This record gives sequence, C-alpha cells and structure tokens, in this order.
Amino acid sequence: MSGDNTGSNSPEPIENGPKRNAIGISFGNSYSSIAYTNAVDGKAEVIADPDGDRQIPSILSYVGGEEFTGAQAKAQIPRNPRNTIAHVRDYLGKSFKEIDPSPCQAVAHPVEHDGGKTVAFVVQEKVSEEEGGPQPEKSTLTVQEVSTRLLRRLRSSASDYLGRDVNAAVITVPSDFSDAQKSALKASAEKAGIEVLQFISEPISALLAFDAKIQQSGEGQPSQQDKIVVVGDLGGTRSDVSVVASRNGVYTTLATAHDYELGGVTLDKVLIEYAAKEFLKKNKNKDPRENERSLAKLTLEAEAVKKALSLGASASFSIESLIDGIDFSLSVNRTRFELLGSKVFASFTRLIEGAVQKADLDVLDIDEIVLSGGTSHTPKIASNLQSHFPESTVVIAPSTTPSAVNPSELAARGAAIQASLISEFETQDIVENTEAVVTVTPHLPHAIGLVTGDDQFSVIVPPETPVPVRRTAQIAVKDGGDVLIKLAEGVREIKVTQEEKPATNGKKDDDDDEDDEDDEDDEPEEIRSKVWKANKPLAEAAIKGVKKGGKVEVQINVAADLSVTVVAREVGGKGGVRGTIEAGAVQQNGSAA
Amino acid sequence: MAAIQIMATLPALPDGWSAEKDFKAVGKLSQPTNRALEAVGHHYLAHARRRRHKRTFSEDEKIQAQENVKKVEKDDDDDIDDNEDPMLLQREAKDWKTQDHYAILGLQKYRWRASEDQIKRAHRKKVLKHHPDKKAAAGEEENDQFFKCIQRATDILLDPVKRRQYDSVDEAAEREPPSKKDVQKKPGNFYKLWRPVFESEGRFSKKQPVPQLGDDNSTKEHVEEFYNFWYAFDSWRSFEYLDEDVPDDNESRDQKRHVERKNNNARKKRKNEDVQRLRKLVDDALAQDERIKKFRQEGNKEKNKKRLEKEAAEKAAKEEAQRKKEEEEKAAAEKAAAEKSAKEDSKKAKEAAKNAAKKNKRVIRGAAKDGNYFTDGEASPGQIDGALNDTDALITKLDNEEIAALTAKLQGKTDKAAIKTVFQEEVKRLVEAGKAKDGEFKTLA
Repeated sequence: MSGDNTGSNSPEPIENGPKRNAIGISFGNSYSSIAYTNAVDGKAEVIADPDGDRQIPSILSYVGGEEFTGAQAKAQIPRNPRNTIAHVRDYLGKSFKEIDPSPCQAVAHPVEHDGGKTVAFVVQEKVSEEEGGPQPEKSTLTVQEVSTRLLRRLRSSASDYLGRDVNAAVITVPSDFSDAQKSALKASAEKAGIEVLQFISEPISALLAFDAKIQQSGEGQPSQQDKIVVVGDLGGTRSDVSVVASRNGVYTTLATAHDYELGGVTLDKVLIEYAAKEFLKKNKNKDPRENERSLAKLTLEAEAVKKALSLGASASFSIESLIDGIDFSLSVNRTRFELLGSKVFASFTRLIEGAVQKADLDVLDIDEIVLSGGTSHTPKIASNLQSHFPESTVVIAPSTTPSAVNPSELAARGAAIQASLISEFETQDIVENTEAVVTVTPHLPHAIGLVTGDDQFSVIVPPETPVPVRRTAQIAVKDGGDVLIKLAEGVREIKVTQEEKPATNGKKDDDDDEDDEDDEDDEPEEIRSKVWKANKPLAEAAIKGVKKGGKVEVQINVAADLSVTVVAREVGGKGGVRGTIEAGAVQQNGSAA
Repeated sequence: MAAIQIMATLPALPDGWSAEKDFKAVGKLSQPTNRALEAVGHHYLAHARRRRHKRTFSEDEKIQAQENVKKVEKDDDDDIDDNEDPMLLQREAKDWKTQDHYAILGLQKYRWRASEDQIKRAHRKKVLKHHPDKKAAAGEEENDQFFKCIQRATDILLDPVKRRQYDSVDEAAEREPPSKKDVQKKPGNFYKLWRPVFESEGRFSKKQPVPQLGDDNSTKEHVEEFYNFWYAFDSWRSFEYLDEDVPDDNESRDQKRHVERKNNNARKKRKNEDVQRLRKLVDDALAQDERIKKFRQEGNKEKNKKRLEKEAAEKAAKEEAQRKKEEEEKAAAEKAAAEKSAKEDSKKAKEAAKNAAKKNKRVIRGAAKDGNYFTDGEASPGQIDGALNDTDALITKLDNEEIAALTAKLQGKTDKAAIKTVFQEEVKRLVEAGKAKDGEFKTLA
C-alpha cells in the first residue's frame, strides 16, 4: 500500500515541483471523469481513458493477479463479483457504522477495518505463481487504498493523454461531503501523486462549466447575469440538488437536498423488474433475480438499455445464457420505460421541488434548471421538470436543449476550469481563499429597486446578492421633464388567480393513480404569477429637466458595510444626483471592500 | 457590467418636493443574511482578492465567520426515534401487510405528518444500522428480515399513492371519539377530547386546510362553517390496502376476477361504512357541542324577544285603541250630558232671572216707596206718581244684571237719602253710558 508505483513521478514534494499540471477530476461512486483546460482557447476538454471511455467506471477488479479498472473491470461483475470493488467514494472517511453497504450488493462487500473506524474490501488480489498451487492469502484493501488506485489510474490516463505528468487536480465532491471525507480523499489523492488544489462541490462545478460554455458561445444576456439556478446532480446511486443564487458569476448555495437511494440504478431496477417478469412469463420458476450471476448480467444490460433509450425510441435486451443456458431478448420502447418508471421520475421532480421549497423560494423564482450527472440524459426527467416548472424556467438537459453540454461531463469540466484558474496560485493562497472568513459574506435579504408608475417595482439588485455590489439600470423617460427616483426594498409575492375554465391537465405522472390527481381535477386551474411589491422606502431623488425621449440612469452601489451610494443622472447629461444611505446597525463579517 | 434596462415609467416629480442636492434618504437596508460564497470561478477569485488585499485575518475572526454563516446542509436526525421495540425487530418481512411502517422507521410520533424528507432520512438511518452486512460484521446471525421490513416500509411511504392507501387504514393514527360521559365530566373536555379526533380525521380531507374546532369563544359562523365542512366532507380515504391478494396467475383468470370483484365490493362497503361512521361521529360531536345549545338558546331568546315584542306591541296597540274608544265614548256622553244640563240650567236660570228680576223690580219699586218717593217730607200724589213712573222707566232701561246689581246696592238701605243717592247714581251711570238722556228722570235729577 505504498505510493511507490505512482508512474513517472518526480521524487521531490509536489508543492515545490517545477510546474503544476492540473486537471479537473470528477470522482464519482459509479463513474469518474477527468478534464483539462486547453491552453490555447481556454476550453475545457474531457479526457478519454485508454479504453476510449470518457465516463470511466470507478471499479477495480482483480482477475488472475491482474488489476483491471474502468469498463474492463465493470465487465467482470457477473464473472468475478467478489473480487471486484465498486462504489467506494461515499465510504471514504466514514466508519463502518456510518456506511450503507447496499450499493455493493453485487460486488465485493465492505467489511469492518481497523476496529470499525474504516471500511475495507477483502479480495483475491494475487494468485499463486504456479498452476494449481495454494492460493495466497486474500488481501484487505481499505477504501482509501482503493481510491488511491482508482485515482492513480485516472492520473496516468490523463498524463498519457496530455503527454505531460499530471500532478495536481481540483476534485469535485457532493455538497454534503464532510471534512473527514475530504481529508480522506485528499490523503488518497496525495498517495496517488495528485495534489488536491481544491475540493469544489459537484453542482457548483457543473454550474461553472455551464456558465463558461454560455460565455464562450456569446449567448450570455445581461439579464442572465443574475439568476437563480437549480442544479440537479443526478448520479448513478444518489442524487443531489442545490439551489444556487448566481450573481454576476458569484455563486451562493441557498439550499441543498439529497437522496441517497435515487439515481440511475433506481431506473435500472425498473427495467430489471420488467425484464425479469417478462422472462418469467416464458420460463416458469426461473427468476433471474434470484441468481446472482443472472442478476448481474441483467443489471449490466438494463443500464445499457436505459442509456440507449435516452437516445433512441426503442432498445432491446439481449443476453446470452441469462439463466441455465437460456438466451433472453426483449425489446423495450421509450414509452413503456417512461410508464414503468413514472414513480421514479416523479421522485426526481419531487426532490428538486423540495429543494426549491427548502430555499424558501417558489418554482416561479427559478430561472434555470441545470441537470448534470449521467442520469440527466433520460429525457423524461427533463420533460417532467419542464412541465412542472413555469415556462419561464429553462431546463438545461440534452433532451430539451440540444446545445447543452454533456451532463456526464459537466462536473469534470467545471473542475478543470477551476484548476486552470488556481493552478498558478501558491498553495497557501488557495487555502486562504476558501476560508470561511473570506467566503462568508453578508447577502442582501431583499431586492433593491425602483418604485415606478402605478406603484410597480422594478428590481435592480435582486435578493440574495452578496455585498459589495454595483448595479446600473436605465429607464426611458418618454415625456421628459422632472422625474422622481424612488428607491425601495422590494418583496416578491406570489399572486394566485383562478382561471375560469379548467385548463387541460398537462401535468406530470399522467399514469399515477387517480387519487393523486383528483385534487386538481375539480377546481379551476390556478394561475400563479410573481409580483414585486415595494416594501421599505430607501431614498428619493429628483432628476430635473430630462429631455423628451431621454433616458435616466440609476447606479446603486452597496458597500461591504451596507451603506448605499446612489448615482442618478440623465444619460448623456451632466452632473446628476448623488447621495448616500447610511448603513444601519449591522453586524457583519469583515469590512474589506 | 451592462446596465439593466427597465421598461416602466418614472413618476413625475410631485409639486413641492425638495431636498438638499435633490436627494434624501428615507430608510435603511434590512439586516443582511450571512451566507458562504462558493469559492469557485474567476469572479469569486476577484472577490477573494479584494477581501484579502493587504489584510490578515485573526483566528478569532475566522471562527466568528464560521459561526455566523447560515447553514445550508441539515443533517440532524433528532426527530427520528432511536428506540426500537424488540418485538418490532422480530417481525417477519412476509407479514408486511400488518406491520406499522411508521414505527419501523421510527416515525411513530409523526405518522401521516411525516415529510418525504423525514422518511428518507429515517430510512437512511435505519439502513445504516440494520443492513445485513453490518450484522454479519457484528457477528450476529445473518437475518435480513428486519432490513426487508425497512425496505418495504420505505417503498410504501415514499410512494404517494401507496402511502395514502396505508394512511387510510393506519389504525395507530385513528382517534376514538370520546364518550359522552367523558365529555361531560369537565367543561373544557369537549374541545380537549374532540380536537385530536377531528385533527386525525382531517388528514383524509381533499380540501386543506381543514377548519379548526375552535373553542368556547368561537363565533357562530365559525362553528357553522366547521360543521358544514364536516357534513360535506370530501375524503380521499380508500381501502385498497386491505385487499385480498389477487392471484398473479394467468391460469385461473376466473378466480382472479372473482377476487378482484370481491375486493372492489369490500372497498365500496368499507368506504360506505366509513362515510356512515364519520357522519355519526360528527352527529355525536354536534350533539355534545355546548356551543350549539348556546347558539340555539341565543337564537331562541332572540326569536322569543321578537315575538314578545311583537305581542306587547300588539297588546299596547289594542289597549290604546280600546282606551281611545272609551275616551271617545266618555267624551260624547259627557258632552251630551253637559248639553242637557246646560239647557236645563239656562231654562232654570232664565226663570230664576225672571223671578229675580221680578223680585228685584219689586225691591226697587219698594225702595222708591221706602225712599219716600225721592222727596223730603210728605210726598204729594203727583210726586209719588212721578217717582213711580221714573222708577219703572229706569227698570225698563236696565237689564237683569243691572237690576240685580241695583237691588244689591239697595238691599238693607232704609235711609231715604241713601236710597235716593243710589237711584241718582244709577241714573247718572245710565246717562253717562248714553242709555238715558239727562233730565229724563225728573224725580231723580
């Protein structure tokens, strides 16, 4: 378990090494991805492993004394389940009591190690030299060791691909990864010869990659600089949702939700159940779910079928010798799959909606939903969300937005972008940048905006914006003359109006039991809309003698101490009005401007 | 950063608005929320650079920042019950129909109130504890029965449809309606004992929120709304959970249909029974509700009051009419009587006056005689004749009253001179009044 075979590693400590070659790693339970940033145009690219896979299964398998990883290891699950290790990321830094061994059902089971403090796997790593000789003792590989081996493979893949030695990385982790887990992962990475520059949370990384893509393609609208985004990281075995306030490229997580039981595997199970039942119809008393090997074959095939169904309208199971030498083939179309999995699909929607509620927001507040993680490829999840959220919400997934970045790659790309940003920094600098004293910032609880005609309220600085902040707004003054600039804090209200005729019930889970839908059926459809109301007046200013058809520009400058400077002037005009609203008695963190 | 374009009209400057340098602050910003930024992206790095510029943070500041930040990740499982009944752990997975899914997950305190998030967390917690691999590691016998129970409970509770079916028949969440005796023991008991019952029944309502039972001070409208709601209760309660298993077998289709029919009938029957039960329950509550009596009494009082008022008014009107009539009658009678008596009186008076006048005339004539015919000494016949003529003439010139007055003056006078003076005065008065000419009465001049 020494870090001796770390490839062509330089002997001196990494920190003082000649140059950092940093990549982004998304180290997942089921799959991992690695990405780097192209030095020429700054674009993030995902690196394929020697097998040509860009989503590399996080699996290790030992066959005849040889170690396999990636797709080759995954193929070993039916044949050699007890010597195959999968799903280790979530076990890192946890005691045996804290882990859920369920995902390892079909592979090597986790066992207690070091008095229950950590988790390990017992596998037949080495075989005897001579044919038929006594098997050497099984080796116990701790979760850390397995992670190290997996990361080492990723590192060597990246090094081979880039032609230079990769020695540093930004690694993505779930948003609820504890410090103990982080330090365990860091130790593993360092053993594998990777300096961990920073851990970033997976949803944020995905959002970073998504925003970078928008910026590069020049699609960014000025109004899109402030937005509330829900990032759904739908993985293989778990799903994590973050509600993020994105304010001019700075992200603040408002709420998170996790479901450790919901993911791609849950959808695979739907297909497994269906296939098994179909098989049972033809072959009595031969349940492939009861035979471990048959189940493993079926599981692998179900995953492949699910992936095929994300692209095509139909796909087929085709397994040779599923059980007792009987071949099995079955074709499934997408509609059937969506029908079978309707409950699972509804769970995804509920999870994401739950996160929005947790953030004390309404679905109407959400500007974008970015789906990342492999499970996001499934079209039904995106279409459910689109119909559940208002039309103003943009759902970013391959099925709804053709230009969307491959959701499996989002996290790794974001990590690569972050890696390129900070790889030149001193380690000390990076650490200090992420300390709470720097990250924790006062956020405006309410929007700041203008009270315009008819008591309307126009937002200039949206709520949940960190200070200091500066925003400029322009308003056309059609008739010219003297105008009053009234600044106020605004609150968002949800207005519910009843529509007279009941609209068509184009809701999700159409096939759910009628009990669930009855509530809405009888009542007229409610139309909900978002309205801003001025709440607390802040300041008033007068702009005199505006030209006909002229424009007034208002700049709001909230300093770190929450004093507000307002500059209002006619566009192209001279002078203008300038004033300051003193900060109230505010306890805040640091006053650096 | 590009300016935000606002499509709206600015209000015109109101008259008389003025401020120093055309600006005045009227309010202050609300208290901010401390949140942690995600240390990602070049915009953040710019923020960090500004923050850290020529500045070192003390340990204290660092700790404070950590404490102030608003928590986003929640990981306390305090609401999930850790105590597990040994009997529960002995459960067989195949008896899942009779198991208490909430108790299995340690959510018996919450039952139907448990949120999806709570169920998920409870499930996670239980799985971590009861996974068969853990038991194997702890050296216990490998028994995954309870683990299967956990999985089954989660399956059911996380599926909205199945959860409703289970909640429909969740006996542990049922509240028996209190007996009449208990309710009557203490005045406040009605609310104390019935409230949980209605709260528990209210979970089946399609309409949420369910109106509250209220208390002694609830208004009549509130109470009426409450009972109206319960009499028109729209329930989602269903009884699929108690279905007999339908044989999943292609062979015996008839048998399958038979069971399905049976199940359907059983469901309908149970549903009907449930509707009846609820109706009776509300009836009972209504019967025991003191407020209803109170309102009825108040209503009665109100009604009675009105009726009494009406009756009193009627009576008063009647009496008034009666009185008026009587008065009128009386008045008429009195008038008649008065008229009659007046007639009689006047007749009498006339006669009396006549008599009096006669008498008075006699007195006056007598007086003239007593006055010695207004002469001194022995009166000659001529003088007597003249005096008597004058007296008669005087009498004719006077009316009854004057005669009476004159008589009164002459009464009791025997002196000749005095009598003559009275007569002379009378003549003088007549002359002054123009009734007689001066010198008409020679003897009385």
